[in-house]
Amino acid sequence: MVYISKRSRKKEKDKQIAANNRRELIAAGFKRRDLLKMGLLTSAGMLIPKKGLSAHPLTSAGFVDDDEPNSPPTTPFQELMPRLQVLAPVASLTPAPTIAPNTAAGEARTVPHQAFAQFPPQRFYEMSMQQGTALMALPGELPPQTIWGFNGITPGPMIVERYGNLGSPQNGSILVRQRNNLPAVNGGFGLPSVTTHLHNGHTPLESDGFPCFFQERGQFYDYHYPNVYAGINSTHPGTGDIKEAMHSLWYHDHRIDHTAENTYKGLAGTYILFNEFDTGDENTGFRLPSFGDGQNPLTSFDIYMVFNDKVFDNETGLLKFDLFNTDGILGDKFLVNGKIQPVLHVSPRRYRFRWLNTGPSRFYQMFVLGPNNSTKSFWQISTDGNLLEKPVQVNSSRISVAERVDVIVDFTGQAGKTFYLENRLEQEDGRGPTGDVLGAGQGDKVLKIIVDGPVVADNSIDPATIPANQAVYFYGFPNTNDAPRITRTFRFERGNGQWQVNGKLVGSCEAPPRFAIKRNTVEKWVFQNNSGGWQHPIHMHFEEFQTLSINGNAPSSSGIITRGRKDVFRLEHNMEVKVYFRFRDFVGRFPLHCHNVVHEDHAMMVLGVIDDVGDNKTQP
Amino acid sequence: MTDLKRRNLVAALGVAPFVLPVLTAAQSVGTGSKFKVIPSRERIRDRYFPNLSLTTHEGRTVKFYDDLVKDKIVIFNMFYAKCEGICSPVTRNLVRVQKLLSEQLGKDRVGKDIFIYSFSLKPKEDNIEALKHYAEMHKVAPGWLFLTGKPDDMELLRRKLGFVDPDPELDKDISNHIGVLKYGNEPLERWGGCPGMQSPDAIAEAVSWVDWPKNQASLKAKGGTR
Repeated sequence: MVYISKRSRKKEKDKQIAANNRRELIAAGFKRRDLLKMGLLTSAGMLIPKKGLSAHPLTSAGFVDDDEPNSPPTTPFQELMPRLQVLAPVASLTPAPTIAPNTAAGEARTVPHQAFAQFPPQRFYEMSMQQGTALMALPGELPPQTIWGFNGITPGPMIVERYGNLGSPQNGSILVRQRNNLPAVNGGFGLPSVTTHLHNGHTPLESDGFPCFFQERGQFYDYHYPNVYAGINSTHPGTGDIKEAMHSLWYHDHRIDHTAENTYKGLAGTYILFNEFDTGDENTGFRLPSFGDGQNPLTSFDIYMVFNDKVFDNETGLLKFDLFNTDGILGDKFLVNGKIQPVLHVSPRRYRFRWLNTGPSRFYQMFVLGPNNSTKSFWQISTDGNLLEKPVQVNSSRISVAERVDVIVDFTGQAGKTFYLENRLEQEDGRGPTGDVLGAGQGDKVLKIIVDGPVVADNSIDPATIPANQAVYFYGFPNTNDAPRITRTFRFERGNGQWQVNGKLVGSCEAPPRFAIKRNTVEKWVFQNNSGGWQHPIHMHFEEFQTLSINGNAPSSSGIITRGRKDVFRLEHNMEVKVYFRFRDFVGRFPLHCHNVVHEDHAMMVLGVIDDVGDNKTQP
Repeated sequence: MTDLKRRNLVAALGVAPFVLPVLTAAQSVGTGSKFKVIPSRERIRDRYFPNLSLTTHEGRTVKFYDDLVKDKIVIFNMFYAKCEGICSPVTRNLVRVQKLLSEQLGKDRVGKDIFIYSFSLKPKEDNIEALKHYAEMHKVAPGWLFLTGKPDDMELLRRKLGFVDPDPELDKDISNHIGVLKYGNEPLERWGGCPGMQSPDAIAEAVSWVDWPKNQASLKAKGGTR
């Protein structure tokens, strides 16, 4: 409480400073409109304050409650950060999976599996989407929350799998049966009609979680995940391109028009892929910190962290979702693996953290805050779960909705010290961050890390020992030399209060695909955001892209890393970006969309198809 | 609170009958909790649906929540009668949506348990005659009301229903509020929003997704053929 009132005093002062600054700027000849265009004015009509990170949710009424947070107060850093449960495979499924949809038995799938015979599933998993109860804070501070989760928990259970070794691709193939056992009564928000996207597997598209391929209550859906490297049936037959390996994925509901409420209610989980290089064992391959069993703190040093922000009703203490918001929803409570501001105990050694932001609308810039407001550097090893050429030492990583960043944080020699993961990216409403990065200690601390675990052996690679002149430690990137068959432009914009792509709306599920990509071809795409007010995390399913240029400049391999393979591009203010895709191996329906899930639910999406014909629409 | 009792819900569902599991909206928070146990449906009503007095294009006075929203499937949009921009295209679009809903969800549904409400953005000039003229000009069928009220009330309603732009300058440009629809099923607490210029098929489809569950199996069969 003290913390809050201190913040509002600061906020009051910032407001006064901002008002003074604004008067000065206006006196200097800037019009209000100019300031808005420059992104210098907030919705409350004040200049973006340099200090104070507003975590206050924007209500659909357009008001930001400046002085009091919306949620009841909670005491930070009381509860342990849960390690995500690992899902065990099942021996068999009943009824047995079939290539054709098993409609008679209640399967919702309508398209036959296209790669089932080529990659017969070796292991089977089964999950039930159902209502559950979750304690997100200390029991006295917030009541038990009613959530929807995979197996009734949120985040959902983690699938930990392996690619088949190079040359034996079929060994990685799995099948996940999802059952929709959600209740008809939603308790205030959520649509019990779902589709599960594996973000961002190279998955035959009938198993990709297309937004219109949903399953109703009581139905099941078999998702076939071959877990093969892109190129398996095209450029690199029999093996796939190892440079297309993906390691940190996640799965989540993707129901058209209702993804924001359903994921906010809990329908999201994580998915890890190892192989003979990124082995999960620090004694082999790339020697990244061991995964162990994912639970034992003495042997498990590879930890998935799922970030999201939520609001709680201050009368009932229950999760609150702003039903009529179309701009984006910010929470004032920061959760890691389902707990508000928890604590993690670590040993003095190196850890691999896999950071994922599930939204709905907030962007993070994560720092490791040390004693006396120091900033501890760390090693970023991936973008969106795809390994970089080599570890890069950074002070922070920016993570918009759905992005993943794998990092190595070295706590060697830090015994007895305390650190925090701190988000310093200022964001005041669902439109996106203001662009300002706050000073050390002035952001929101989302996780407390105490180095008080026992001393344990550390056989993981110390990235500092990789020679500076060694260009590639991991796989390296696929080339971008093949000529694109077509260049397409996608303009993400707002008109008449509606989200649009190239001036068009998403349209009906029944409508024909908006554009067609020819299988096994290369395309260059241009993403444009002409707005100085909004930012959009743009996500393409099925294939990873490489960034060619951002506003005409080469992507960056240091600082905020933009060079690498990705599936979400943070389209920031007034930005034009060119990206390079190879669409290979499989066919079917896909969406391209904004992953601010509130924008996504309000039509900022294009529904396309990959087939063997393609089209020549340059602005679909 | 009494108007949200279970028997009313059951009565409402009698319009499109299906068996609702035991109402579990109010979660138990244990004894001695500082938190109130309030059914979520009631929280939604308190948060979004002020029970304001409004006037219809037929000259009737109605209460927003009690008469227009409670127990119904509803579609909301904003307009004003002398609008030269996007109002007419959106209204024409909704005329087609109204027809599609009758064709797809049941002939007797629109006006019985499904309603369209258009709220005036210029209540000072939109009197009953202006609204009536607008409704007749667009040949809207029964089950669709054009509504006006006190300017402050209409402004509150607009904000409560989220027809806002976070940029205060853009918020003043009311064309930004006309392009958006909100829709939902009040007793089932299923709500959504979509662009008003979305194809009528897509709007009808979106509304069908918040319909009573019995209609969803057929929709799935239809939607699953892609």
